[in-house]
Amino acid sequence: MSKQTGSKQTGSDLRPLFEPNGVIVAGASTHPGKFGFVSLHNILRCGFEGPVFALAREESEILGVQVLDSPEKIPHGAAELLFICTPSAVNEQLLRDCAARGVKAAFCAAGGYSEAGPEGIEAEQRLVAVADELGMVLAGPNGQGITSPPANLCAQITAPYPPAGSIAIASQSGNFVSSFNNYAINAGIGVSRSVSAGNAASTGVIDYLEWFSEDPATAVSLIYVEGIEDGRAFYERVKPLALKKPIVVLKGGATSGGQAAAASHTGALASNDAIFSGMARQAGIVRAATVEEAFEAAATFATQPLPKGRNVAVLTTAGGWGVVTADALTTATNLDLAPLPDDLMAALDEKLPPRWSKGNPIDLAGGETRDTIPEVMELVARHESIDAIVYLGVGIQSNQASLMKSGEFYPDHGLERIVSYHERQDARFATAAAELSASTGKPILTATELAVAQPTNPGVQATRDSGRVCYPTSNRAVTALDHLAWYASFVERHGKDA
Amino acid sequence: MWVPTLSEADSRVLVAAAGVPVSSFVTVTSADEPIDIEFPVVAKLCGEAIAHKSERGLVRLGINSTDDLKAAITELLAAATPEDGDVSVLVSTMIEGRRELIAGVTTDPQFGPTVMLGFGGILAEAVADVTFRLAPISAVDAGEMIDELASQKLLGEFRGEPAVNRDELITLMVGLSELAAGRDDIEAIDLNPLIIADGHPIAVDALVELTEATHV
Repeated sequence: MSKQTGSKQTGSDLRPLFEPNGVIVAGASTHPGKFGFVSLHNILRCGFEGPVFALAREESEILGVQVLDSPEKIPHGAAELLFICTPSAVNEQLLRDCAARGVKAAFCAAGGYSEAGPEGIEAEQRLVAVADELGMVLAGPNGQGITSPPANLCAQITAPYPPAGSIAIASQSGNFVSSFNNYAINAGIGVSRSVSAGNAASTGVIDYLEWFSEDPATAVSLIYVEGIEDGRAFYERVKPLALKKPIVVLKGGATSGGQAAAASHTGALASNDAIFSGMARQAGIVRAATVEEAFEAAATFATQPLPKGRNVAVLTTAGGWGVVTADALTTATNLDLAPLPDDLMAALDEKLPPRWSKGNPIDLAGGETRDTIPEVMELVARHESIDAIVYLGVGIQSNQASLMKSGEFYPDHGLERIVSYHERQDARFATAAAELSASTGKPILTATELAVAQPTNPGVQATRDSGRVCYPTSNRAVTALDHLAWYASFVERHGKDA
Repeated sequence: MWVPTLSEADSRVLVAAAGVPVSSFVTVTSADEPIDIEFPVVAKLCGEAIAHKSERGLVRLGINSTDDLKAAITELLAAATPEDGDVSVLVSTMIEGRRELIAGVTTDPQFGPTVMLGFGGILAEAVADVTFRLAPISAVDAGEMIDELASQKLLGEFRGEPAVNRDELITLMVGLSELAAGRDDIEAIDLNPLIIADGHPIAVDALVELTEATHV
């Protein structure tokens, strides 16, 4: 993949790319292993509702679509998006012919461009020149494609097609689009748009970010970058965007060494990564250290309100979980383990048996009645001194229920009744967390290892059904919440600049 | 590699004009010149081609009398080599403080002029507790740089010394960044160290490195 992130034009209208009225696949193939088949298959398979056309040298029928041998046979204005799987030699003429049929945007999946040596570089420059002349949006070349679930569009040569949601993904590496989309499918958190920038010959990550910032379907952008050719221009363009909607970045090549030969001490300390980090913090971009941290930060921005302060309460059904979470909160840069004020302590005393932890983490010590968890959660969430809650222990009752359900004693001995009770309770706790978060405007994050160990657990399921992430560990929940708290405080300090 | 640099004296004048507090100093070209400065002082050989003074033994610390100062000036001038070009001796007030920061400017090929703040002293590069921003920066940016350093406890009250004066450090960083962003002939600036004296950050050394293209 090339290292470009900039582009010469700003403010391109990318709507025809992500919300086209119809799609043309050029280079349609009858061979189910070829890009020209896979992309057509994926568009049809994922239920795109507009007209779909297929172009090839010879007329035939593929997947029930009549293949046409000339763009002239496509009704004018019927398709705004062209998906290119044809070799580079024919693509300049293809752009011209399709522009004449009303095509406004092209995604070029085909390779043979700047990734392929000097002749490819020239071919890429010619392709860009033609697109510019025609006023056509050009994405790629040498990219995997796009998804746009709110438009039921899966125009890509790879599989993962996430549910519709509000995370917009742009990446210099197509594989990371697939990774993030797979995380989205796994977490049950939806995506608004995803795009592999490919060689980014004409449209780069920064162009996608600009469009995402105005896109009503998008709440947060998630990007992967390796190199930024004109870093200063990227910074100038991204700074106003990050104040509008959060941007999460995963950067590859983070460990390149400093300028060892620099004459100044400052230069010797100035690794490319340290400067990138500083730029991100100055622009208000959330930088994540790992792939899952990047996805979970974006998913949390997409599904939780921003915390208004640093004070976090931990609600747990067992001691050790709370202690480890308290450690994570104490280490987190932008969060604190909230002290519990006297009036909240007194209110909790009335709900809990005398052996409760009498502090934060709020350890219920197994002393709960059927209503204790939602009631205590409500008391804590509604208290003015608390800005966010991390809730631990959802799903443990259903975990026991699942062992009972799968054994020889079920459904006798009262097991059917207790299993049903456990499952209802866990679902109720998860739903209460989401409802309280919505009504108080405070983030409430639910964490349990059952998210990966037993994804069908009703507590996990109900958390996901509520549109929230079920974090696999409390540390990951705290890391995600820490990113939200940093961004919220950045906006508070810099919002006036906008 | 030879790099075009300003002498320490010229570097000090440039950064001081941008709002960086520097220790008071004079330059002399012979031991006979009268010097009006409060002891103790530091004497250093000073010239455009002299960047790394400590490595060459061209720094004399803790000078407490006029006689010792004259002797140091004579020795330093005698230590100059023909490659050093025109030289003088820079005599500055010796600043005492337990904590040392480093601040500076470096020009990145992708991001252009950047400013840095970190913990300085002999362990600076090993510890690498530093943070960068693209120049110019706002006062809010400068405050965030200070908050971002890992060794926050060293910025508070420390072994009987007051906390580092945050406003002065912010003013210094903003001034440095405006200097870097406002001129296109500066490749790098080192303020190493910035000694924290009774809470006040004061540069006791300055090195301005120019871009080769503009140096004639």
